[in-house]
Amino acid sequence: MKKRTNLAILIFMIVGIVVLGNGYAYAKNLTIGCRAEPTIDPHFLYLDTNIAFAAHIYGHLVSNDPNAKRIPSLAVSWKPLNDTTWEFKLRKGVKFHDGTDFTAEDVKFSIQRIPNVPKNPNPYTGHTSAITQIDIIDPHTIQFKTAKPHPLLPADMTAIAIVSKKAAEGATTADFTLGKAAIGTGPYKYVKYVHGDRLVLKRNEEYWGKKPDWETVTFKIIGNDAARVAALLGNSVDLIDFVPPTQVNSLEKNENINVFKRPSDRIIFLIPKFDMDESSYLTTTDGKSLKKNPLSDLRVRKAISMAIDRKTIKEKVMSGLSIPASQMVPEGWFGYNPNILKEKYNVAAAKKLLSEAGYSNGFGMTIHGPNNRYVNDAKICQAVAQMLSKIGIRMKVDTMPKSIFFSKVSPPKGEYAFFMMGWGHGGHGESTGWFKMGIHTYDKEKGFGALNQAMYSNPELDELTELAVTTVDDVKREQLLRQAMATAMKDIAVIPLHAQMTISAARKGIVYIPNAQERTIAMNAKLVK
Amino acid sequence: MTVFLVRRMIQSVIILWVMSLLVFTGVYAIGNPVDMLIDPQSSQEVRETAIRNLGLDRPLWVQYIVFLKGAVRGNLGNSFIYNMPALKLITQRLPATLELATSAMMIAIFVGLPLGIVAGLKSKSAIGRGIMTCSILGFSLPNFWVGLMFVMIFSITLGWLPTSGRGETVEIFGIGISFLTIDGLKHLILPALTLSLFPLALIIRLTKAGVEETWLSEFVKFARSKGLTMNRIILVHILKNILIPVVTVTGIQFGMLLAFAVVTETVFAWPGMGKLIIDSINYLDRPVIVAYLLVTVIIFIIINLIVDTLYSVLDPRVGIGE
Repeated sequence: MKKRTNLAILIFMIVGIVVLGNGYAYAKNLTIGCRAEPTIDPHFLYLDTNIAFAAHIYGHLVSNDPNAKRIPSLAVSWKPLNDTTWEFKLRKGVKFHDGTDFTAEDVKFSIQRIPNVPKNPNPYTGHTSAITQIDIIDPHTIQFKTAKPHPLLPADMTAIAIVSKKAAEGATTADFTLGKAAIGTGPYKYVKYVHGDRLVLKRNEEYWGKKPDWETVTFKIIGNDAARVAALLGNSVDLIDFVPPTQVNSLEKNENINVFKRPSDRIIFLIPKFDMDESSYLTTTDGKSLKKNPLSDLRVRKAISMAIDRKTIKEKVMSGLSIPASQMVPEGWFGYNPNILKEKYNVAAAKKLLSEAGYSNGFGMTIHGPNNRYVNDAKICQAVAQMLSKIGIRMKVDTMPKSIFFSKVSPPKGEYAFFMMGWGHGGHGESTGWFKMGIHTYDKEKGFGALNQAMYSNPELDELTELAVTTVDDVKREQLLRQAMATAMKDIAVIPLHAQMTISAARKGIVYIPNAQERTIAMNAKLVK
Repeated sequence: MTVFLVRRMIQSVIILWVMSLLVFTGVYAIGNPVDMLIDPQSSQEVRETAIRNLGLDRPLWVQYIVFLKGAVRGNLGNSFIYNMPALKLITQRLPATLELATSAMMIAIFVGLPLGIVAGLKSKSAIGRGIMTCSILGFSLPNFWVGLMFVMIFSITLGWLPTSGRGETVEIFGIGISFLTIDGLKHLILPALTLSLFPLALIIRLTKAGVEETWLSEFVKFARSKGLTMNRIILVHILKNILIPVVTVTGIQFGMLLAFAVVTETVFAWPGMGKLIIDSINYLDRPVIVAYLLVTVIIFIIINLIVDTLYSVLDPRVGIGE
């Protein structure tokens, strides 16, 4: 056995030398330079990047296509039986990597495992807590009951990886990391995970769906942007994700590299804090504290929104790689309201509005933001500050690492008056989640508004939101969502700036379809034949 | 000797305790990872449960006592992000960093000492000046820039070496070591070279200064007048006398490389401790940050101990008894 291992290493080395010598990767293997580290336990640490890794090994009942549209996966169909019961028909003949059959038991087990993963700083329970009862009708039919009508249930299922009950019963996160419990039905099997270095996957030849082009996929973890680009240029990897916008131009000029981009579903926006009186971040122009929060005046918020030149931010800060936004979902998303007008940049009108509100001499304000979370986040804050100083608001800029920033703006006790945030609509592909958690009044009893960092409260919007999140009928729900968006944007509850882009780059010979949810999926990379 | 060791031990324990207290309070003051990571679809209840499960809802002093209780038994807590013991996580990453730092130190010593001696003996010549000028570059060029330049030249333009990552490893006593495979060596060269530049420059300068000073001393003059060979004068008499500062600096530098190879590891995506600590700070993974800094303190303590012992070997006049 030992001898064989040595032989294997020798062969591996020879292959490695040949590969490096040729300067091109072996055509059946795909090496991806990825920014994020994977968590192999798919129920530990809810992150878009982890959901993406899970899609390779485990698979979900419902998947998203690259446009974030829901498509059947391990479930072939689903429908609401009544307002509070959903029925999912499961795919037949699907086998786990260990050869056992995939049945409704595994689905039930996976959903029940989620709240029971110990010491999980970021559980997936937000996507399962609506389910109050799980009934297995037959091995390939399962029903979910919810306390209230819950139209988002199929969307929730896009984040819930299905693990094998047999392999994962009693398994810890460490068992997954070592591969013992990492048994799924996905197109790739777990081979090896070296902490902080790489994840190696092998194609599942028994996969029920279309077989991907690559026999093996290696995710090399390269967190640093410049290093990731260098790895692609140096042929160490075939594909990279999260290409920094500043590099896009030079990569596009390189004839050995192709760049793939598309708008993502992450909207970058500014939050005025509504419940803020006498803050050191809102002052008169000479630094004395203000009695009244200027941001609670709609005219001030409107002036701020009008004074921001989104086109300039796109061109000068984002290297042309953003889509200016005037509402909280990108165009084409479920709930996008085409009747909301794009905000027009108008300094004179903004100044007029400010003086109407009684701030003809302006006031002082600090804009806060993270500096390592969103694309060009700190630069955007600086640009916004410069633009607002043109209408007489005396701006200060304070950006900081995300670890500090997010704790400081966490509701209900956020410290900052005016700050930058991003909202990705994740697996939902619609605006419902933002209305429910992002802007509905902070209400612990109802479990709504948990991420309402603005501490915004509007009874009209709350009513629309509560109606929308319990309307199972898609047509009616979309109408409500559009109405809610119009209401929120009319009152300028938040100030949308733009949607980010998902940008990947690959060496010549590989075509990649980028994903709207900023997820990196090896199956979307194809060899040019 | 025993008194010396015992005193050192007591000092070390105090340093470790103070360190843990400082880091613990510091990270606590920043916030908690739940705020940063939480799934936006989580209700207040889900969020509170997550915070409670990590024990982060309790007052700081209770959390610290829980930590101390574990620490006494060698358990520094579970990483929030990786859900495994923080100490295990660090020891998993330690070999990679150890390998990188040792390689860098080897380059620094075996290139730095000879160059320093040459520069010291021929300080007026073009070679001597050339060496000293180059050593200034070693000091002043930032690590990440040098690393990226190396990648651009040797990986992208020339295509000789891989850009990043660690190569294939071979298991020896259960520890993955990469410099025994060709692939591993190829991956090791650039980061080790980048990391070695600073200590290299330092060693050159120290050696040069030492050689110049000793060259004029009585015993060297005497040795020369006695007709000893140049090699013997340099290798035995001069070298032995200049080694004390060099050993001190080498020790401190080695500790620095181990603990703070962060930048180099980031540029080269080297899966060592430096990359781990950066990630952990970004995610406020307090158990890992605390454990990492404690391990760092221990490394420095051990290195200092070795350096102090080496003094007495190099210079019999230095006693470590008291």
